[in-house]
Amino acid sequence: MNTSALIMMLTVWLLVFGFTAYFFIRVLVGDHREKKNGLKENTNNY
Amino acid sequence: MITMEKHVQHDFLPKKVESWGSRVGLVLAMAGNAVGFGNFLRFPVQAVQNGGGAFIIPYLVCLVILGFPLLLIEWSAGRYGGQFGHHSTPFILRRMDNRAIWMYIGVFGIFSNVAIASYYCYMESWTMSYVYHSLAGTFHGMTQNRVAEFFNDYLDLNISTTGIPFEALLFFILCLALNTWILSRGLSGGVEKASKIGVPLLIVFGIFLAVKGISMKAGQQGAVNDGITGLNFLWTPHFDSLTNPKVWLAAAGQIFFTLSVGMGSIQCYASYLKKNEDIATNAFSAGFMNEFVEVILGGSIIIPIAIGYFGVDKVVELTGLGGLGLGFRTMPFLFENWGPVMAALAGVAFFGLLFFAGITSSLAMGTPVVSFLRDEFGWKRKSAALGFGILIFILGMPTVLFFKQGVFDEYDYWSGTVSLFVFAMFESILFAWFFGLDKGWEEITRGSDIRVPVFFKYVLKYVTPVLLIVVFVASLIRPANDNWSLLSLKGWPLHNESIIAQLRHQGIGPNKDYFSKYYYAEFDGTITDILKKDGGTYLRLESGVKSLDYRVGGKQHLLVKKGDQVTAGTPLVEGRIINRVFFIDMARILLLSVFIGIAVLVFFAWRRNKVKYNQSI
Repeated sequence: MNTSALIMMLTVWLLVFGFTAYFFIRVLVGDHREKKNGLKENTNNY
Repeated sequence: MITMEKHVQHDFLPKKVESWGSRVGLVLAMAGNAVGFGNFLRFPVQAVQNGGGAFIIPYLVCLVILGFPLLLIEWSAGRYGGQFGHHSTPFILRRMDNRAIWMYIGVFGIFSNVAIASYYCYMESWTMSYVYHSLAGTFHGMTQNRVAEFFNDYLDLNISTTGIPFEALLFFILCLALNTWILSRGLSGGVEKASKIGVPLLIVFGIFLAVKGISMKAGQQGAVNDGITGLNFLWTPHFDSLTNPKVWLAAAGQIFFTLSVGMGSIQCYASYLKKNEDIATNAFSAGFMNEFVEVILGGSIIIPIAIGYFGVDKVVELTGLGGLGLGFRTMPFLFENWGPVMAALAGVAFFGLLFFAGITSSLAMGTPVVSFLRDEFGWKRKSAALGFGILIFILGMPTVLFFKQGVFDEYDYWSGTVSLFVFAMFESILFAWFFGLDKGWEEITRGSDIRVPVFFKYVLKYVTPVLLIVVFVASLIRPANDNWSLLSLKGWPLHNESIIAQLRHQGIGPNKDYFSKYYYAEFDGTITDILKKDGGTYLRLESGVKSLDYRVGGKQHLLVKKGDQVTAGTPLVEGRIINRVFFIDMARILLLSVFIGIAVLVFFAWRRNKVKYNQSI
């Protein structure tokens, strides 16, 4: 596999996989919290 | 000016409002909605045809400036409309701006789902059938041509591929029955459960095939190239393609279709969220899950495997026929190289993942229709689901019966492409300029676990609407060969797939009358076969990868023989001919009638519930 293709592929895979994992973990954590404590009362975070 | 009171729960809301069982379930359902056939069949073909690894640059740019903003718009519009008890776009949009025009633009959000489901469920049924055939070993010992022919025969109701009469129709009905049953089970008991099973399974199947494809070795099991050769080909960046507008339009189109935006299904799913439930994190999570399946898994299956066996040149040629051809005409043959057990496993995994990708999307198409009938006409869920099933069966039948006459492609073009762009363009304008971005931004950020970058506020207001208008105008006037330098004040030749050219039937070829005495050759080529199958005579015209099968009817007779070289316009058959253009126009009239029919229903629903609606405004 040539270097430019490898760099391109790994960079994109890492980015996509990283963001997918990050957001899904946030969803899992949020799900767990909401099941335990119910929805947050705030209407705006900032 | 009439203004809408925010976040008011109204008396007329149904007493028992459905909701999602869990956040994970919602995200998986939304991801399942987005993940479809396109992730595995369309994306790799687009990448190959538009600069390989360099295609991913405009693709990711479009994800940020078009895909995510549209996701945020649709999620927040849906949750907003849901607070008023609406789960379908005509009424969600009217809640956002109380002008009747938005309600009729919202009709696109029901129309697209109905029309797309009509042919999408048919495609879904092919995958069901191919899972069965992979298990039954139908493809064992077949040549590549025979596997390709099997697909053509499968779509021809006059031919029985395996002794099952009207097999394609049977699987279509089975598939519709399954969709209807799941929809009748409700949101958390049906759609959510199906997504919780379907999405993880398709990812597992995808990983299995990607690992198998990438680890292929040249010289083993008939492969001529390593699996890595395919990845190398797909990911080698051709940076010169970045200056080509065609590549940017292709990237925008791919992002648009892959996220299933512009359909009304995201708004419908989001409308079942509670007032303060997070939408930003969920939207990004579902969006990225779709990207994972598309970029990482979708890019690692058909291209590496096909290049492993055919080499780069042949695969480039095959991608000209689109992803469907590669998936159904080629993959079963390639899997056979892996031995009978592995071929069956790979066939079940490949068509199984396509099936799960398909059904989680078609359920998302059914939900807005079911919700519309329940909200506005008071139907019970089971009746509404059955109504959807019957409607899709009636509208889907023309695609089953007249697939080869181009009805399927017409449905896909007008409802699966044009309608989506038109709707997305208007909803982005509505959100940013009529609903108001301040109010919209408050909707997007309320209850969010993450801080949405303010950058998106400006993208939502200026970039996304403008980009959608540009893409829409470009698809109206797309020049021949995608050569944008042809544009001039004196006019230019249009691409056959541009909207204007389609309306004019440009490129329809020599068979341009509805009815005629002769059927003419549509391209230069050779009559490679005249064969008798299941009581019918079939003529095959071929040129390179282009192939055309024509069924010679009872009152028609052949004017050519096997081996004849013909040029476009040469009469091939004489008799009473009904040309493809007739079926194309009938399909268009049918689709237009469906749109008008839904608009009339929406009008009556509005009149019926006007008093209740006005109380809440």
